[in-house]
Amino acid sequence: MLTVCTQLSMGWKQYLRLLTLALAVLCVTGIAGFAQELPALTGRVVDNAGLLDAATETRLTARLQAFEQRASDQIVVATIPSLDGGAIEPFANRLFRSWELGHTGEDNGVLLLVVPDDRKMRIEVGYGLEGTLTDLHSKLIIENTMVPAFRRGAFAEGIEKAVDDIIMVLEGNGAELEARAKRVAEEQSEPVWPLVLFIAVWATLFFGGMGLALLAPIFGRKIGPGRYQWLGMEIDTNPKPQRRRGAGSRGGFAGGDGWSSGGGFSGGGGSSGGGGASGSW
Amino acid sequence: MIQAMSMRASVMRAILMLMLAMPLLSACGFNTIPTREEQAKAAWSEVLNQYQRRADLIPNLVETVKGYAAHEREVLEGVVEARAKATQIQVDASLLENPEAFKTFMESQSQLSGALSRLLAIAENYPDLKASQNFLALQAQLEGTENRIAVARRDYIEAVRLYNTSLKTLPSMLWAKFWFTDAEPLPTFTIAEENQSAPTVDFGSGG
Repeated sequence: MLTVCTQLSMGWKQYLRLLTLALAVLCVTGIAGFAQELPALTGRVVDNAGLLDAATETRLTARLQAFEQRASDQIVVATIPSLDGGAIEPFANRLFRSWELGHTGEDNGVLLLVVPDDRKMRIEVGYGLEGTLTDLHSKLIIENTMVPAFRRGAFAEGIEKAVDDIIMVLEGNGAELEARAKRVAEEQSEPVWPLVLFIAVWATLFFGGMGLALLAPIFGRKIGPGRYQWLGMEIDTNPKPQRRRGAGSRGGFAGGDGWSSGGGFSGGGGSSGGGGASGSW
Repeated sequence: MIQAMSMRASVMRAILMLMLAMPLLSACGFNTIPTREEQAKAAWSEVLNQYQRRADLIPNLVETVKGYAAHEREVLEGVVEARAKATQIQVDASLLENPEAFKTFMESQSQLSGALSRLLAIAENYPDLKASQNFLALQAQLEGTENRIAVARRDYIEAVRLYNTSLKTLPSMLWAKFWFTDAEPLPTFTIAEENQSAPTVDFGSGG
């Protein structure tokens, strides 16, 4: 009876382990398959079609970074060789949402997308900027700045001027821009108190055992060599390995969600509702 | 004695396994259905919002085109009529519970789309109109609104998909059976309506 029980339970545990591994593999491949079509956000200028030279790219990145620091709006320039016949509007919206341009709540992102093989471009504007960078503004920037330059073949010049125009429009509504920047700054510097609480609980669990061992001799009542009574617990600080009751723990686990390591550019969690304009040359 | 202890240990193990598995099983818990229903309703409100935005742009557009192409009366009146029909229907979240009204609403909107594309096709024949700043602005706004309608519809379809799926798939289906017995699947858009609004430009009639 005993041997049968042990054999069954061992088989069951192994099966569970295998199942977990299978699920993990499925999850990873599932996610990878879905995200294949969209390019990765490698920086503020994603030049997959090779339209920009290195100097322009550096200049643009610096300008966009400076603007984000001043205004908290995230502008990203992307060039893709071809859409394989698809429409540019749904693609731009999907790309914008997958990159999460703009900050959560503010949705102050702008995506400038150029597809040279299809001769199409689009400016996709996040929800929060639709009032300032209106569809008409986007259309005018495309028609007056980008199309003439692109027809001449001057892609770098067209894109750079368009970025300048976008920044000018966003800065044109100066009061709103400052208000937005302030809101984002406040949101980011606010101590996330659930996080603080979590750290406090984790620290208690993690360091509790050690703390008890260190503090019990000081505060507790000695009831034997290396044994103390403190806060209703019997704490044994002898070096013999023993099962401790109370605040014993095997290390803590740190759940990290929403922490992005510094360095590198990433979207701030914003979204777009399809605002902006498209054009072709 | 040893048998009792090891049986207790295996019971403990079973309970531990169950406790570990529970969070995974209850991923679709009590909150899933109401949350998803509210998300679907919010997505629907956004769709209605964008349709309303389009309807608001139309009077201006009609006036602008009248200024340059007044004798295109048929097309202009067609747009005005289609808009009146579309905005006549009382629109709110209750439209979702009434499949007939939902269908009528979507049909009227797609007819309005058809009338609009006829109007814009006509406008191609009037270079003065095309060059006017007013018309350019309206055209940009209209294109933007049409795109926003498309995005809002996609978001709604996705939200409804999640909600309807949660009513049918296993963990949340049980919650639906016992607690949310009056939860109905929400209607979604069919592709046929997008095909219905293909414009027919009539070159024959000169007005």
